[in-house]
Amino acid sequence: MTINCLLCGVGGQGTVLASRVIAEAAMQKGEKARTAETIGMAQRGGCVVSHVRIGECFSPLVPPASADLIIAFEPGEAVRCLAYLKDGGAVIACTTPVVPVMASIGKADYDEKKYVRILQEKVGNLVLVSAKDVSSACGSAKALNVYLLGAAIGSGKLPLTEGDIEKVLEKRVKPEFINMNRLALKAGIKAATEA
Amino acid sequence: MRELLMGNEAIALGALKAGVRCVCGYPGTPSSEVLETAAKRNPGGVYIEWSVNEKAAVETAAGAAYAGARAMVTMKQVGLNASSDPIMCLNYIGVKGGLVILCADDPGPISSQTEQDTRAFGRYARIPVLDPSTPEEAFEMTGKAFELSEKYQTPVILRPTTRVCHSCAGIEVGALQKPVGGDGFTKDAKWVIFPRLSYQNKQKLFARETELGRYFSESGLNSVSGSGSKGIITGGVTAAYVKDALEMLGNPPVRLMTVGTPYPFPDDMAQNFLSGLDSALALEELDPVCEDALIAICGRKHLPTDILGKRTGDAITAGEYSVIAAACDIAAFLKLPFEIKPQEAAAVPPRPPVLCAGCPHRASFYAVKQAMKGKKTVFSGDIGCYTLGNAAPLDMVDTCLCMGAGLTIASGLSHVESGRTHFGFIGDSTFFHSGITGVVNALYNQADAVFVILDNHTTAMTGHQPHPGIGRTMMGEISEKISIDNTLRAIGVKSLRRVDPLRLSDAVKAVKDAADEKGVRVIIFESPCIALQKPSKSARVQTEGCIGCRKCISELGCPAISVSDGKALISAGLCTGCGLCAQVCPVKAISLCGKE
Repeated sequence: MTINCLLCGVGGQGTVLASRVIAEAAMQKGEKARTAETIGMAQRGGCVVSHVRIGECFSPLVPPASADLIIAFEPGEAVRCLAYLKDGGAVIACTTPVVPVMASIGKADYDEKKYVRILQEKVGNLVLVSAKDVSSACGSAKALNVYLLGAAIGSGKLPLTEGDIEKVLEKRVKPEFINMNRLALKAGIKAATEA
Repeated sequence: MRELLMGNEAIALGALKAGVRCVCGYPGTPSSEVLETAAKRNPGGVYIEWSVNEKAAVETAAGAAYAGARAMVTMKQVGLNASSDPIMCLNYIGVKGGLVILCADDPGPISSQTEQDTRAFGRYARIPVLDPSTPEEAFEMTGKAFELSEKYQTPVILRPTTRVCHSCAGIEVGALQKPVGGDGFTKDAKWVIFPRLSYQNKQKLFARETELGRYFSESGLNSVSGSGSKGIITGGVTAAYVKDALEMLGNPPVRLMTVGTPYPFPDDMAQNFLSGLDSALALEELDPVCEDALIAICGRKHLPTDILGKRTGDAITAGEYSVIAAACDIAAFLKLPFEIKPQEAAAVPPRPPVLCAGCPHRASFYAVKQAMKGKKTVFSGDIGCYTLGNAAPLDMVDTCLCMGAGLTIASGLSHVESGRTHFGFIGDSTFFHSGITGVVNALYNQADAVFVILDNHTTAMTGHQPHPGIGRTMMGEISEKISIDNTLRAIGVKSLRRVDPLRLSDAVKAVKDAADEKGVRVIIFESPCIALQKPSKSARVQTEGCIGCRKCISELGCPAISVSDGKALISAGLCTGCGLCAQVCPVKAISLCGKE
């Protein structure tokens, strides 16, 4: 059986690191894992999507209507990727908007409140967090990716524990940021389990 | 121990494991991480360079391979065009040490100008092509490519696509080999290309095609499985989609051929695959390479099998495959029921990539736009981050073609259209890659254009690789910086200005002054890429002062600026303190302060 996880957000938010951490943690437990990431031009403030597949599969892309879990770094991007969610799948989404330039210059409509409403209407298993939750938990909103990883663990949709993620973070994160990331991870888990 | 490796990292480690001695390349998505990983994991003794362009990279690597060293060149598909001059001759000459040309294709295209298929180029150039479907296979095939190259004394192309390059899988790397340096260059007439030699070697190229095709049929790099009266042929990452799609469709009875060596085509194996089939469907990215190979076999052997694919409207002709796209095509072919939920129209506006907050290119484009307001102009752009200057509200890229074309297109326009001011934009790395010849051409032929060099001290778009103007090589050595100014003066540029684009009034004046002159004028806008430095300042809006005119956001389109309650709001997290908005604000309501 394959567990499919999709991470989406805006270039620069740290989706690539998050997807690698999930895949590496799964691999450490002896699982097979594949990822596919958006690297290149789209990273400059465009939509980015990372696919993670744990278990037996040939291709790296999560098919539509197959994601057990969507981890969205931004509410609009969460809605954009909803077609990937399978029936009964969970969504963890950060509600803090990153307003697209097209909307700021008045050439497109962007309404984060509407996106949150759509998520609430369509997703039964939904955890909403905000950048403020992240900074109050660990002192910096930059740990959003690790906070969301915590929420993913808390959701029970990934075959991973806090310890599995921590082990990978210790390898991948600079020592001076380890404590901040541990706090973010714990707070994320708490946010999802209490939701 | 298995390591989680991106396809590009796997290829680099495959090359190091094979004892590569020399790696050359020019950055280009999705290929750049191959050379970077080779440098990062260099066990010692491997020579690695970012070359000035792909042509120089191929020739440098060929030199190493002439001496018997194992060498690799890395590039993206459009880079192959820039290097096709040496490659189309090197196939005739051959190599002594193994030479692998790593050329990454970009179905979609996701980060490229074209959807060209390097498998078709390999067939045209008569150079063997290996086409991996996963990072694991890419790792194995890299070693195999070196063996083949040495055995048949020919360069070998390894052609991964974006979803192989930029996807990760667990791979057991094992010990790396000591670099294979070879026993040195031996003088021989065979290294000198002359008509007579080319005539003889072309006959050998043909003979080798047959020999290698036979070998590939037995090599284990291609496979046939399953049974039925209908067949599917596939290769590269599409093979992975097809396998997942067949599972999704409940594993219907079908004969499946996966092709890892699209050139020379494994004809014998394909003939066995076709034998007894009513019809065969070819699913592949990007050109109908396997499809055409099957059609040729059917013609040659008078086989009755119908070959379906791109040429019959049974497979996609542009863009990348996916499990769902493969399942749709297979279901239609096998007449299986398969429905996908129609997707609701996205409720979210598109979010195309944009110039970063604080990007100096924004300031450069804005200065030119302000200086030329109301004048007749054409802005010819080029390849790099600054291609993103095309988006609203800047709207400063009227043409974009390929590396280096910004300057030459502007020159061409100037020769036939005199009533306008023609601008050609080019980045610093692109200037070294293929811009210098464009300036020489313009001077020699007396073009009338303003060339704007956007010098941000790096190759930003592909991940900040060094280039000749930086003074640092990929081996970590300090080298003499090659000055753009001195180069231009030596060529004969008389009108030359160097300005910091973030000083808006100076920048506008420089453009106005240059526009008033005739002939070839150059403006160098110099300001380092914001991703290379930690910002010390941040802009802030004095809410009481802001009149809500939105000029800052509507003219600059900076992603750090948004509008909240009718007033401008600057995200402290994104702002780098470039200060451009503060210079644009008509009521001076934006000020710079230290970063928290």
